[in-house]
Formats: sequence, C-alpha cells, structure tokens
Amino acid sequence: MTSEKKQALSELALRVREHIVRLSTDGGCFTGASLSCADLLVYLYADFLNVRPDNLQDPERDYLFLSKGHDVPALYGTFAELGFMPKERLSNHLKSNDSIYWHPNRSVPGVEFHSGSLGHLPSVALGVALDARMRGQNQKVIVITGDGELNEGTCWEALLVASAHKVNNLTIVVDRNHFQANIATEDLIPLEPLAPKFEAFGAVVKRIDGHDFAALEEAFTALPFSDDKPSVIICDTVRGRGLPSIERRADRWFCNFSSEEITSLLKELHSQEATDLTSETLTVR
Amino acid sequence: MNYEQLIHETALADERLLVMTAENRALIRNLPGPLGPRFIDTGITEQTMIGAAAGLALRGRVPVVHALATFLTLRAFEFIRTDVGIANLPVKISAFVPGFLSDGNGPTHQAIEDVSLMRGIPGMTVFAPADEADMLAMLPAIWASPDPAYLRVNTRPGTYQHEPFQIGKAEIVAEGKDITILTYGMLFEQALIAKDLLTEAGYSVGLVNLRSLKPLDETAVLNVVRGGGLVVTLEDHFQTGGLYSILAELLLEHELTAKVLPLALKERWYKPGLLSEVLEYEGFTGQHIARRIGERLGDGVHSFGAKTKVVENEFAE
Repeated sequence: MTSEKKQALSELALRVREHIVRLSTDGGCFTGASLSCADLLVYLYADFLNVRPDNLQDPERDYLFLSKGHDVPALYGTFAELGFMPKERLSNHLKSNDSIYWHPNRSVPGVEFHSGSLGHLPSVALGVALDARMRGQNQKVIVITGDGELNEGTCWEALLVASAHKVNNLTIVVDRNHFQANIATEDLIPLEPLAPKFEAFGAVVKRIDGHDFAALEEAFTALPFSDDKPSVIICDTVRGRGLPSIERRADRWFCNFSSEEITSLLKELHSQEATDLTSETLTVR
Repeated sequence: MNYEQLIHETALADERLLVMTAENRALIRNLPGPLGPRFIDTGITEQTMIGAAAGLALRGRVPVVHALATFLTLRAFEFIRTDVGIANLPVKISAFVPGFLSDGNGPTHQAIEDVSLMRGIPGMTVFAPADEADMLAMLPAIWASPDPAYLRVNTRPGTYQHEPFQIGKAEIVAEGKDITILTYGMLFEQALIAKDLLTEAGYSVGLVNLRSLKPLDETAVLNVVRGGGLVVTLEDHFQTGGLYSILAELLLEHELTAKVLPLALKERWYKPGLLSEVLEYEGFTGQHIARRIGERLGDGVHSFGAKTKVVENEFAE
C-alpha cells in the first residue's frame, strides 16, 4: 500500500471517529465497539468493496453485513463521509423524525440488512452467498461479527453449514477487540485459540492487525482464500481505539458524554492525550 | 398430484422458488436431483435455515422451508420474527407434523402454540388446510403471495370436495341454527363426523373450515356469531392464543358476545400415542366432539354413535 493511500485512509478514519464521538452524547451510543472497527469499515468501503452510493441496486455489487450492529456509528460515519447519506442525517440520532438509532436498519442506504440481535447475519449472509453462487456471480459477501458475538451458537452453526456447502464467496470478519459488553472475553467465555476453532469448522483463516491498512489490504485482496471453503479474517483490534482515555476499558462500552467532554474528546482524537472523563457509563444491556 | 409434485411443478415454472429443509425430507425426497442447487438441505439447523432463507429472499427468491413445526416455531422463532418478520420477506414455512399430527413423539414435538406464535408476528400469514386436497388447493395462492407465510402441513386423505381457495376466505361447509363448529387443520375430518352425528340427533349444525387463520375471514365468523347458536372453536392447539383467542379478539372488537365452547388443549400437553389413541384419550374424535357439544347443550339423551375409527398418521417425523 502506498503511503499516500495509507495517509488518505487514516484521515478518512479520523473523520469517521469524529462522527462516532459526536454521536456519543444526547443519549449516547456504543462508542468503544464502534471505534474498534472504524479502520476496518473505512478500508472496506473506501478501498475494497464494490459498493457505492450509485450501485446499491446492482445485484452484482459486493455485500457487507454488519452483524455486530451496535457499532452502527462507525458504519454511518463511514456512509456519511462517502456520500451514502448526508452528514446532516447524523444529527437525527435517536430522534423520531428519522431512523438513526443504536442498530442498523435498511432505511439508511447501504445497510443491507437490519441487525441488533447477535448471531443472525452469518446465516443471512450465507443465503445471499448461496444465491450469488447459484446465479454465477462473483461478488464478495462479507459479514462482520463481534468477538463477544461468537458466544452465540448460530455463528458457528452458519459456518458449519457454509463449509458443508463449500460456500467460498462468504467471508466472516471478526472485530476481535477482546471485550464483550462488560468484561474481557477471555475472563468470561474465552475464545482463544480462535483461529484453530474456525479452521476446525472448515474455514481458511487469516489473523491480522485490524488497524493496519496495509495488513487489511493484503488480507482482503487475497480473498477468496480457497476454492471450496469459506474465509475468515480475524482482525485484532482495540476497543475504543483512537481515544486513549477509553481504550481497552471494560467500563467504556456504551458511552453518553456531556457536551464539554465531547469537545475534549474531539481534541483527544487528534492529540492522543487522555481526557479526564467523569460521565458514568450507562448499562443498557 | 401430491405436495412434492406440486412444489416440483411450481419450481419448474418459477425460478424464484427454492426448496430448503433442515433435514426433514419426508415430503420432498425426490427433489434434490431435479432441483439441483435450488434444493438446499442445511442439516438440523432450523435457525440457520431461516436466516439463510431470509438472505435468499432478500435476493428475490421465494424459499419454501421445511422442518418440524415445533422446532421451526420455537427454536427458530426469533429468526422468523427478526429476519423474516421485520424485513417482511416472502419466506414460505411448511411446518411438518403440527398439532396432533406429531402423535407418538411426545411433548417435545407438539406444536400446539404455533398458531399463537406465528400470528403474533406483524405481516405473517397463517394457514391450516383440512386435508391434502385442501392443502394443494391452497398452496399456489400462498406461494404466489408477497407475504411471509406459515402453513400447517397436512397430507391426510380427505373425502370432502373443497372449494377453490382465496387467501382470507373460509370455506362454509354447512350453516346451522343450533351449533356451528369453527375449525382448522386435521380436526376438520372429525368435525365432519361430529356434524353428522349431531344432525342425526336432531340439531341444526353448521361447520366452517377456516383455512386462513391470518388474515381471518371476519365476515364469515361474524355471520356465525350473529346466527345466535352455540359457537364451537375446535383446534389441536393450546386454548390460549389460537382460534378461541382469535374469536375472542374479534368479538371484543365488534362489541359482541356469544355462547362459545372451546375444544382445545387447556394448559396441558397431550398424551402421546398413535393418532387414534390420542384423539380418543383427549376427546377429539368425531364421537367425542359430538358428545362434548351435546353436554354443553345439556343433552342427556343421545350417545352420538359408536367409537369413531381414526385413520392413523402416515409420518413419524
């Protein structure tokens, strides 16, 4: 990857993170989980996927399904920056005059399917991948899951079925930010060793740094990893990435900051110096 | 023509139609070859099958999905509600051995809350044919509709000549002044016997094969209620949430009341056994239905014939 491209993607990701921070007030949002997958979504939509605001009806477009739906601020931030939706729409967050809420829905152009209940979209994506193959189309079908989401048996069930049907146009991407809602994954339902688990279920797996654009490019451009197996990309990420004051903190999952804190956090995104936060994290689950 | 031939013929004429199964192949054994990739067996994974069906429907397909009624409606309920229901996708559920048809399997397999659950999903349509001929008459319209649909599969042979089917229309088999039996699904054959026994005993007896539980033929049901006789809701379902509840909701909405006898399973699973044993034990043979209605009317005179002979069920699962 050229340094110019890397620079452009980094700048875009920073603007997406600004949207995420701005959504973390007046009701708040799932800030930490959004920040962990911002680089991944920016890379996919800005550089990799054949999905643009002008081809959303094209049956041969690539599909991205966001199964860990609570990171919707990262998705909408990316959409706003890339022209899928007007940026002003983000100011309708949690208002009844629009449908910009804590989980994705199809009233936002670019959202392929609603999510929120974990463990659903691996199977929905499987259905789309099966249909694409039946029609002899070559697009990529990608589903992003959380790591906590992998507690849900249906993630594994869908992979088992995808492997049985040799669905090689399906890729499961794990945002491995090492936290579930309130606790580190390894302290609750340990997932490691994760790659061998996916391999045992019939997938070909790559594990990369999910914040490294060059590593993302190297992995995604190598898809499909096999002629007859589904692919899995485990992206090791940091919950809260970009805001040192909330990074890797179990207690910063759903955040609802004061307007003063938002101002400080927007500065923190650029300076990378931790802000003094007093707002409590709300528990919504 | 049987179910398999109908689905095969429809799939040949309409490339949108797909056949999916969670390894329940009793009715579709011969389709993998002819349908090729349009026959998808996901193994024993009701949830994944429904999720994948939603994905296929998102791409313009009409998946007809097969599994046991109880596992579809209970284990995969959230997938039906969340993936099919919220997106309002035309996934067509063929639910196998519903109600008393899981006869000898035991309570794990008894889908007797399926109507209640499925009708609670916004946009979901719910159908229950009286016998195989009725089902074959109903399916083309159900598969052609853009709505998600839940069908209580019923392949039992019947003798009654059914009318053509329209979604939301009931079949009025007979009108009666004293009693009208409202029913759906496999109990229709017992209801026919009960109607004849009660008629022989001197009552004027009506019988309605509802066919379409959602949308409901409100006009037909209201006509029955306004007739003023005893209304019997006959169903192989929990008393809560099924036809008895549907009728109660309709009556309240129209500020009506009626004399109603619910014949359903009240707060209990049924005793497993051969179908004839189940119907006899639970009081759902034609003879028992007639007797229970007679009792409700204070009839101490008639015995309503001999023990009803019940044709056994063809499928285990």
